[in-house]
Formats: sequence, structure tokens, C-alpha cells
Amino acid sequence: MSVLASARRPARVIPGFGITLGFTLAYLSLFVLIPLSTVAFKTIDMGWSGFWGVLTDPRTQHALYLSFGTALIAALVNAVFGLLIAWMLVRYTFPGRRLIDAAVDLPFALPTAVAGIALTALYADNGWIGSILHGLGLKVAYTPVGIVVALVFIGLPFVVRSVQPVLEDLNLDVEEAAATLGATRWHTFSRVILPAALPSLLTGFALAFARGVGEYGSVIFIAGNLPKVSEIAPLLIVIRLEEFNYAGATAIAALMLAISFLGLLAINLLQAWNRRRTGGE
Amino acid sequence: MAFSAKQTFYAALTSVLIAGGAASSVAQADTTLLNVSYDPTRELYKEFNAAFAEDYKKQTGETVTLRMSHGGSGKQARSVIDGLEADVVTLALAYDIDALVENGGLLGADWQNKFASNSSPYTSTIVFLVRKGNPKAIHDWSDLTRQGVQVITPNPKTSGGARWNYLAAWGWAEKAYNGDDAKVRGYMRDLFNNVPVLDTGARGATTTFVQRELGDVLLAWENEAFLAIEELGPDKFEIVVPPFSILAEPPVAVVDKVVDKRGTRKVAEAYLNYLYSPTGQKIAAKNYYRPISPQYADPQDLKRFPAIDLVKIDDPLFGGWQKAQKTHFSDGGVFDQIYQPK
Amino acid sequence: MKSSLIAANRGALIAESALIRTVIVLVGVAFLALFLFMPLVLVFAQALSSGLGAYFAALIEPDAWAALKLTLLVAVISVPLNLIFGLAAAWAIAKFSFPGKSLLITLIDLPFSVSPVIAGLIYVLLFGSRGWLGPWLSAHNIEIVFAIPGIVLATIFVTLPFVARELIPLMEQQGTTDEEAARTLGAGGLKIFFRVTLPNVKWGLLYGVLLCNARAMGEFGAVSVVSGHIRGVTNTMPLHVEILYNEYNFAAAFAVASLLAILALLTLVLKTWLESQGAGNGSNKH
Repeated sequence: MSVLASARRPARVIPGFGITLGFTLAYLSLFVLIPLSTVAFKTIDMGWSGFWGVLTDPRTQHALYLSFGTALIAALVNAVFGLLIAWMLVRYTFPGRRLIDAAVDLPFALPTAVAGIALTALYADNGWIGSILHGLGLKVAYTPVGIVVALVFIGLPFVVRSVQPVLEDLNLDVEEAAATLGATRWHTFSRVILPAALPSLLTGFALAFARGVGEYGSVIFIAGNLPKVSEIAPLLIVIRLEEFNYAGATAIAALMLAISFLGLLAINLLQAWNRRRTGGE
Repeated sequence: MAFSAKQTFYAALTSVLIAGGAASSVAQADTTLLNVSYDPTRELYKEFNAAFAEDYKKQTGETVTLRMSHGGSGKQARSVIDGLEADVVTLALAYDIDALVENGGLLGADWQNKFASNSSPYTSTIVFLVRKGNPKAIHDWSDLTRQGVQVITPNPKTSGGARWNYLAAWGWAEKAYNGDDAKVRGYMRDLFNNVPVLDTGARGATTTFVQRELGDVLLAWENEAFLAIEELGPDKFEIVVPPFSILAEPPVAVVDKVVDKRGTRKVAEAYLNYLYSPTGQKIAAKNYYRPISPQYADPQDLKRFPAIDLVKIDDPLFGGWQKAQKTHFSDGGVFDQIYQPK
Repeated sequence: MKSSLIAANRGALIAESALIRTVIVLVGVAFLALFLFMPLVLVFAQALSSGLGAYFAALIEPDAWAALKLTLLVAVISVPLNLIFGLAAAWAIAKFSFPGKSLLITLIDLPFSVSPVIAGLIYVLLFGSRGWLGPWLSAHNIEIVFAIPGIVLATIFVTLPFVARELIPLMEQQGTTDEEAARTLGAGGLKIFFRVTLPNVKWGLLYGVLLCNARAMGEFGAVSVVSGHIRGVTNTMPLHVEILYNEYNFAAAFAVASLLAILALLTLVLKTWLESQGAGNGSNKH
């Protein structure tokens, strides 16, 4: 507590603020902000009506709806299973636990194109899993469900890695107190553990969601890419570029950028607020 | 403990740096020529480039290194427009090379007159690839709209090959329904209702059909269909040649702005002219392209190309690529109107 | 009396029944098997489907080698740059308070959620021949997009947050007391950094570098937009996988993919080892 308190004191005793912040801002401007500003300027060039025209096009709307919708479903799936996996890794001992703990980061490390090709081969009607599902009358690859599968793969580590440290730090005494006071295990979970883990779960959910909205490499292989059915927004950007329609491409890009920026800002403000709340004042 | 951990940390850091030093830079040859092409020509140019380099060395004593870039035709054109320094382009359709003229004036508008036969040293057509034994009995374009037939074709908006597929179907329907526009559109609508997946490129569509075993018939370039059979098993697929199709002319061009800057005009022109030479024509036929000078090709190779009634893109029906593109494939064009996903 | 009973029952009170435990573990493992392990197994199964000879032939083929070299070159340039950036950003953000901090963190996070396609697009809009700087670059014969610099730039963009995001929470958690003490004892800025801060965060730092490196070598979407796909020149390994796949050379595509998967696994092994080192060291404070 005292450490955290002193961190917030304007501690200009330590040197290097100017140079590191200056370097950070310069680097960020050079590699991120200036390049990203091209999207903004290109969009301003096309004018409000042009921009609006692109965004109200049914095909664009469907692509955006699909990208955000599948990312949302995948993030929800990941929130549930990510929490379960994090819990399992923190609280239980079972054979292969360390292996599984390490493997959770696989989607961070495996190239998305490789993941896309592998998932397609696996979930296509003649694949290992797809053939079983096909027998049950279910289709995964080349449908929006396939997109969700790819996004679940991409997003899982975000949730697990956000929640895991919080679960590790949970104070067992509180759970114990709840139990002695007669709470059932489910009560303890829903009233004590979940509220404590919720901010980190939200962060993981939001990161998985944000990543899923923009994901391209793994999705294009498995999606089927039918306009107005399984065509995601990033693919539509690529298609617009290939039609030499730069304005159309940048308009979609601008909207997606704005949404991801606002989403991330919300998460970071939430986290900052949460740090203050739990900081001990 | 802390000391050993510190050591390992710096050892790890050092090894990362050494691994970095080991990655050497990419070697540069004296004369290089970059050919930016579309997807199905990989095998053709692999063989042709070797033959050309050898011949050029013999003729001039100069060594030339040929580099290839393959991808969807539209994507490749866009890359060239945005600065990919292609000395020559060999794309799927004239429209994509026209785009280089319009966007950035990379070559003259009269490029199609620079080489013989509309700058297309080889042609192809659109055929059907079906599963062995043709279980769905697909023989003509009319069979594609039957209930329960799944047709695989890439997206005409992104794939050059898919545009030829689309126009071939349109040409057939136009003839079959005596130009009744409503019926032609009805046919096209039914056709695309039978399409379960729209890949972005011709190669993606072939993979879907062959590897994922999706669909009953693949609309493909003739050369692509032959290649798929050769590479992936004659016991699994067969080619059905419809009685009517389209003359697909994949054109070639020297990119003036690039060759003048790099000083490679001479070798670039020699390269494309060599496509018209007996050797070039022979290699084209061998790789399943229909040569424009069949007399140079191996007669065995020619036997693979049955005569078909062919509509041309310059026929009044389509009126050339600029018009066809605008009518059919632009935003809100005919394709957008007929394409109604379920 | 009562309290000793609680102590004895501590494990039982806050644990689920054996049945629930088993169900949770089974569900978790099944989920991971479906989404993580099967794809990985498939990559190797397909890679070896044409035999070991074909597998190694695909790996030593010249274009595959060129792709490997380019991938390493790109990682070697972009990872150290992002490492320096991550250190500077974490120092400024974790050790000081200033207005707009959340905004700055958000901007650093942004590349995480920007679609890789957009990441490639922005460099084309900036440096492409019809981009802002295109005419000037062309006049001075400088190639950026469709050449190695473009690939490096796109990779830097995509991997920029990794080191910074790993370090910021760690440094915040550790506070500033150690540094302040060193300062009071008369140490200079660099000395504080190398003697006090760096040893405290080195494991987190290395973990960030590992993830950054893995993403740098595996990036597909952004690099695909700026690469130009020239064989043997601007093809990175992930792009080479796509090319082989498009040549119906599935076994070879999966062979190169398996090499990338091995790099990914190696990263995970190193990461696990780092964590055990970090925990043993007590430098991780939680």
C-alpha cells in the first residue's frame, strides 16, 4: 500500500522523465500516429457525404455487423471458457497443468495464416472435426460460425492472461470467511470471487473483442467470404483496394479505427479507475 | 542464484543479438527483371524464365535474373500502381493493365497494340472441373443452375478469372435465351444462388473445390483445370468442356515508367517477345495455355484443346473490358443486382 | 478451539467437490484440445504426410531459405527498436504521473486492435507511389513499400505494444522507492536504470521481447499488404506458406508452417522457463 501511495506522489526525484516521454511520443508519432493520420486525412478528403455513402452501403454495413458480431460472440465464449481455464490453472493440480499453462499463449505465437489454414483443414466438412460435425448436420467452415471459431482461437490468451494473475492474488481468507458464514461454494463464487475478477475479465474480454474485430489472416481462410454472408470488414477493405477504390477502403478503415480507439480508451480508463479504487485510499 | 540468473539473462540477450547478425542481407544480381503476374501462371513462368535467361545469355552474353510475384490479378495491379516496380506485367485481363494507365500513367494507353494479337501471346478459356465420373452429370451451362448442384467460382469483384467465368456464363445465357435480358439475369441469379463459397482468387477457389471437397463443379481457367488434375490426381477429377465458352486473353505489357527509370526496356521487351517465339509458344502449350501460333507447339499438347464456340470480350455483347467492367462489376452494377445471398 | 477447526478445514471449505473439479478440468482441457491442440497437431501431421524426405526438401529449398532469412532480418531490426521504445515508455508512464496518461497508454495499445490490413494500408497511403511521400521517394530512388523497409515498418507497427505493455504494469507495481533510494545515495539516471530498475524487470522484459519476436516473425496481414510478394526477395515465411499453399504444395506449406509452429513452441518453452526463473528470483512481486 505504501509503495502504491508513494508512486502517485509527484516523484520527480527520479531523473529521465523528459527524455523518456519525449522519445515515447516521438517514436509513437513516427510509427503509429503519422501513418494512422493518413486514414483520417483521406477520409476528410472524401467529404461527409462520401463517407456516409460508404457506411450506409448494405454490403459495408453487413461486413461491419459481421465483424463486430462474430468478435462479440467469440469474446463472450472466451470470457466464459477463459475464466474457467484460468481458474483451473490457478486452483487445481492435475497432470499436464504446466504444459497447458504454457500452451495458452500459442495463439500469440503462432502466425495467424498458419492458424487459419490449420483451422480450415480441421473444421471443413472433410476435416477431423468437421466430418464429425457434418454427420450431425452442422457446418462450421465457410459459415459465420467458422469465423467465430477462428476468433476464439485468436482471443483466448487475452482473457486467460488477464484473469490469471488476479485469481492468483485473491485472498483466500475472504472466501474462507464467506464459507464459515454459511455461503455455498456457488454463492462464494458469484458474490466474492467473480466481483474481484470482473475488472480483469472485462479487460480480457475487451482485448479479445478488439483483436477479433480487426483479425484478418486466420479468418479469410475459414470464412467462405460470401458478400453479405461471411465477408468480414477487413476483407472488404482489401477488396475495395483491389477495386482501386481507395476512398471506400479508407472510410471503412477510419470507422474501425475510431471504434477500436474508443473501446481501448474505455478499457484503460476503467483500469485506471479500478487501480485508484483498489489502491487503498 | 541471483548471479546465475543475471548471467543467463545476458547470455540470452547476447544470443538474440548473434542470431540477428547471422541474418545476412539479400543478394543482388546485375540485371534483374520483375514480372508481376496473376495466380495460375506460376508453373508457366517458372519454365519460361529459365528458358529465356538461357537464351538471352546466349544472344547477348548478359546475365538476367528473373523475379516473379504472383497473386490475384487486381491485387497485383494495385501493388504496381502503389509502387511495386514491375518491369513487365502479365495479368489476367486487360482491365487490370488499363488500371495502370488510368492510375498513375505507368504506361501508354495504346499498350495493347505493342505486341501481336492484342498483346496476348497465349489464350485460354473457361471450362468445368467435376469430380470423377461426373456424378451430377454436368455437361453444359444449363446444368449449373439445377437444384442441388453446387458451383465453385471466385468473387468476380476481386478475381480476374472469376470475371471470365461470369462473362462466359452471361454469353451462354444471352445466346440460349435469345437476348431476353430478364431471363439472362434470372439465369445468372440462379447460378450464383448455387455458389456456397466465394473465394477472393482463382487459386483459393480451386483449393476449396479440391482440398476441402466442397461443391460439384469448379468454373476454372482451362490451364488451371488441367494443372489441378495433374497436381492433385487424375483419379479424382475430370474436365468437362462446355460447347460454348469465352475467349480469355491474359495480356502482357512492358511498364514504361519503370523500365525507363531502371534502364531495362531492352531486356523487358526481349522477354515479352520471347513469349511469341517458337520456344515460348511451345512452353505455353505445354503448360496448358492455347498458343497463338499453334504451329510451334508440340502436336501432342495441342490435342488437349478441343475446339469450342467462343464469345469474345470485344464482341458487341460486352463491348470491351472498360464497358463490361462498368456494366457488370462496378458498385451497384449487374453483379451486385443479381447477387442475392440467402 | 473453533479457529483451529477452521484451520484444519481450510482446504475443504474453499474447494469445490471432486466431481465439480473433474468436470471443470475436463471441460477446460476439451476446449483447449478443440481450439489449440488439434490445429497444432494437424500442422505437423500434414507437414509429414509426404514423408520426412519431402519435409526437409521443403525447408532447404532456396525460396524457403530466403523467406527465413528475411523473417529473421525483419525481427532483428524491429524487436530491438520496440524494446527500446518499451523501456522508455514504461519508464515515463510507470515512474511518473502526468495528465493524459490513460490516453497515452491507449495510443500504445492501439496497434493491438488496429486490423493488420489497416496497418499495411497506412504505409501504402504514406509511402506508396501515389501516397504523400511517394513522388519524393521515387525521385530520390528510395524504395519503402514493396521492399524490405516497408515490411519492417509494418512489423514495428504491429508489434509495438508488446514490450511496453508487459513492462508498464510490472514497473507500476514495483513503485519508485528503490529508484528514489538509489537517487538519494547519489546514483545517476543511467546507473539507476541499469543497476536498480532493469534487474527488477528483466524477466518481464524478456517475456515481452519473446512475444514481440513471435509476432514479428509470424505477422501475415500487414506484411501481405506491403510486401509485393516477390519470390526470394520480399516474401517472409508466413507469406511463403500462403504461396506454397496456393501452388497445391500442401505438404510443403505445412512443412514451413510447422517451422513457424516450432518457433512458437520454442517461444513458449523459453517463456515457461523464464517464469520459473523469475519466480525463483523473487523479482516478480506477486
